[in-house]
Amino acid sequence: MAEFLQFCFSGITVGSVYALVALGFTIIYNASDVVNFAQGEFVMIGGMVTVALLAAGVPLPAAALAAVGIGALIGVLLHRLAIEPARGASPVALIIITIGASIFIRGVAQVVFDKQFHKLPAFSGDTPFDLLGASILPQSLWVLGGAAAIVIGLHAGFDRTIVGKAVAATAANRLAACLVGINTKSMMTLSFALAGAIGAIAGILVTPITLTSYSVGTLLALKGFAAAMLGGIGNPLGAVMGGLLLGLIEAFAAGYLSSSYKDGIAFIVILFILLAIPSGLIGKRSVERV
Amino acid sequence: MLALQAPNRSVTLALLCAVIAVLAMVFPSGYYYRVAALVWISAIAAIGLNILMGYAGQVSLGHAGFLGIGAYSVAIGPARFGLNPWLCILIGMLLSTGLAWLVGRPILRLKGHYLAIATLGFGFLTALVLANETRWTGGPDGMAVARLSVAGVRLTSSVAWYWISGTLLVLASAVALNLYDSATGRALRALQASEIAAATSGIDVARHKLWAFIIAAAYASIAGSALAFFDGFITPDAAGFLRSIELVAMVVVGGIGSTVGSIVGAGLLVTLPQLLTVFVEYEQVALGFIIMLVMIFFRRGIVPSAQRFIVRRWS
Repeated sequence: MAEFLQFCFSGITVGSVYALVALGFTIIYNASDVVNFAQGEFVMIGGMVTVALLAAGVPLPAAALAAVGIGALIGVLLHRLAIEPARGASPVALIIITIGASIFIRGVAQVVFDKQFHKLPAFSGDTPFDLLGASILPQSLWVLGGAAAIVIGLHAGFDRTIVGKAVAATAANRLAACLVGINTKSMMTLSFALAGAIGAIAGILVTPITLTSYSVGTLLALKGFAAAMLGGIGNPLGAVMGGLLLGLIEAFAAGYLSSSYKDGIAFIVILFILLAIPSGLIGKRSVERV
Repeated sequence: MLALQAPNRSVTLALLCAVIAVLAMVFPSGYYYRVAALVWISAIAAIGLNILMGYAGQVSLGHAGFLGIGAYSVAIGPARFGLNPWLCILIGMLLSTGLAWLVGRPILRLKGHYLAIATLGFGFLTALVLANETRWTGGPDGMAVARLSVAGVRLTSSVAWYWISGTLLVLASAVALNLYDSATGRALRALQASEIAAATSGIDVARHKLWAFIIAAAYASIAGSALAFFDGFITPDAAGFLRSIELVAMVVVGGIGSTVGSIVGAGLLVTLPQLLTVFVEYEQVALGFIIMLVMIFFRRGIVPSAQRFIVRRWS
């Protein structure tokens, strides 16, 4: 039982990070139909910028805030300088652009920072506490709490504020949003900024547990994409569910089956789920128009 | 429309042969032959992937998996089972096409990004198995590959492989170009435009998609075998996600749907990192920047964009 709980908890912690990456994917996909393979780089930027500022003597909260700002700024730049100029290109061409962007961002990070692995101090100590026999790091609670706060905040923001409703309208139907006077281009930029900020927050929260380096983005983008597809692309709730489920599958596969094959087992489960439900857990059933 | 304006296939193939022959005359050192051989080999895999992506319109983000199977077949067969290396090329093809048939049947029912994640999963699994089954594959460090011999002569020089891979590339292009205008090629292009319209016209959509997947797997497998023999060493990275992405980038950057485009894309993506090593630590920055620029300014890919430009200029 203690073991089961332990795997559950570590699965949900990692899953929260996947969920945040998948959420970033979903926000950008909904706003602009772009599958953004640079999403993992935002996580890397969040961790690396905080580490660098902290080393320069900036206190942790200020460093973290600055890192989130830089994540959002990179999101804006990605949209304005790379995605917007290629508007109207085919989806696969846009994917290649985001892959180019992720190579570029990784390259810049490698020059500005370094190629080493870095750690952040845990926000409230490294002493694990006991919960029904499972030992839990306080930082895990930060990750869970942070992810939950973001999900709730986003939900409220999209539902309650004018700007949030404008972003949601842009995602639902770009032309109709234009017609009611919403500046859809700004809303898209805002979506990219939001995705960048969310990615950076995920990076800051998880770095005390998993370490960070300039190259952590690729695998996270891959996992986040898998989580978003598992939930059904374009669905924020699906992205969160997909992320948590992916984290849990990996944790249980690593714990009970084989740690070297945990990623592989996760992908096999995803394959079977998609074959059973071809549009993800709660994706829209699509009908092809002729 | 573009097909009409594109030069016909014998002209294309003659030009390709001419390029391969002329380059061989001007190359000053073995290094150039080596890079060019790598371009030809990558181009073979890209041409195959283009049949799946460009003709049939199906994405694969795990195609390097088949490259890995081709490569490890010629590495493992002779080393662990004492099999003839030539036979192993064939075994690799059988394994790749067999696996493509087995995996393709269920996953090709998925569409768009869902197919992308399914193929990505396949490639990821293949690379994972190659990295973990250390007994057979040597694990993440890779394994040595016994060189291929012809009439008692071991093929190790870059010049020899330049000609071998060049010949293979011409053959691969000839098959792909012929396929484009064949009944199967037309069926594939039809289902790319609209699956429902294609099905209504009596095309067996599922079967044709599967064929495109199998053909693409065979191309990748041959490229993988050639790569393993040429390098004399192979690691699981050959089957990895980044390699799969690189193959997709070759097809898209060169121009999706265009066989010549796949060769141009392979040329760009293989030679670029070699050229950019002069920037030392800025290599990745420059690579990412150039990929973005090319896709923004030639959004259809280099070859189709260039064709349109020329056609507009001269008509």
